[in-house]
Amino acid sequence: MAHSTATVEHGKSVWDGGVSPMGVSYGKLMMWFFLLSDAFTFSGLLITYGLVRSSHPAFTGVPEAFTFSAEYWPVPEKVFEAVPFLHGYSLPLVFVGIMTFILIMSSVTMVLAVEAGHRMDRKAVEKWMLWTIIGGLTFLGCQAWEWTHFIVGTDTPTLVKEFANGQWITKEVTGASLKINQYGPQPFADFFFFITGFHGFHVFSGVMLNFLIYYNAVTGVYDRRGHYEMVEKVGLYWHFVDLVWVFVFTFFYLV
Amino acid sequence: MAHHSHEPQVTVLPPNKEKIKKLWTVAGILGAVTGVEFIIAFTMGHGPAKTALFVILTIVKAGYIVGEFMHLKYEVKVLFWAILIPTLFIIWMLVAFVYEGMKMPVFQ
Repeated sequence: MAHSTATVEHGKSVWDGGVSPMGVSYGKLMMWFFLLSDAFTFSGLLITYGLVRSSHPAFTGVPEAFTFSAEYWPVPEKVFEAVPFLHGYSLPLVFVGIMTFILIMSSVTMVLAVEAGHRMDRKAVEKWMLWTIIGGLTFLGCQAWEWTHFIVGTDTPTLVKEFANGQWITKEVTGASLKINQYGPQPFADFFFFITGFHGFHVFSGVMLNFLIYYNAVTGVYDRRGHYEMVEKVGLYWHFVDLVWVFVFTFFYLV
Repeated sequence: MAHHSHEPQVTVLPPNKEKIKKLWTVAGILGAVTGVEFIIAFTMGHGPAKTALFVILTIVKAGYIVGEFMHLKYEVKVLFWAILIPTLFIIWMLVAFVYEGMKMPVFQ
């Protein structure tokens, strides 16, 4: 950018105006600060998960003996072990792994779109933006499946104690809602919905923004403007969505 | 569409092969680290060592995404630190809250 190479007048500080001390445009700087604030929001969610989880007892037996119970926090790989079209097979974390791979790939195609934008290569920007959009939509599809599976539940129900009509009753529960779930203590399901839901909404917004950029590139808006900086700004957002997923993957699914 | 006489003359530069190669290398590293995380997930028993290893590998991945993909490593130092230093608060928040959680009575 031309403004970052501007020289400072003698006797004046770089912060006295006329130049960009941070070497980026206003829009890009604000995107960075927005993402920093968004990082705090996600940290709030994930750290609260850590707080509630560490206040519950952990499962201490051997992995083979694990069963769902409200008495202890579930082992994530025992909850997330289903893969589409492979009903009945225990494939822990495989589907989440595929989702992680999809999001990393869409981050790569995004950064390739940014590179193409630097070269004013409209055709390449269009191609890589389209791949990024497809990656985002695929991820959302996977998440829809993951949610459906989590809500519907496993083949065998879990016995859950519930306080209803003034007395404690035990009933068979399959799946999960915000009120009752078969996997473990109620906050486990609630955090699943809130954390992956909030992230999924970010992915959805990202796909919308990516489509807007794609549309603008196709219609030649950025060629007329003389630069493709909007691709970079939305790219920052898209990489951030990938970054958050890296943390969700570790703290929700792996640990 | 009508012919636009004011359509801009755009000079398209050739792809920066070196840069593109580097981006794919970073993608390969991210994939490899995720693979290592998978291996750890199924070979190591649950405990503080496993958690610590996952946290370290996650920070490695975060470093590559923010540094290379988001280009922060190559930005002006003042921007780099303006983004990085505030995240220290997150570490403090994490330590404080998880410690508090371990001291809390069980929800039952």
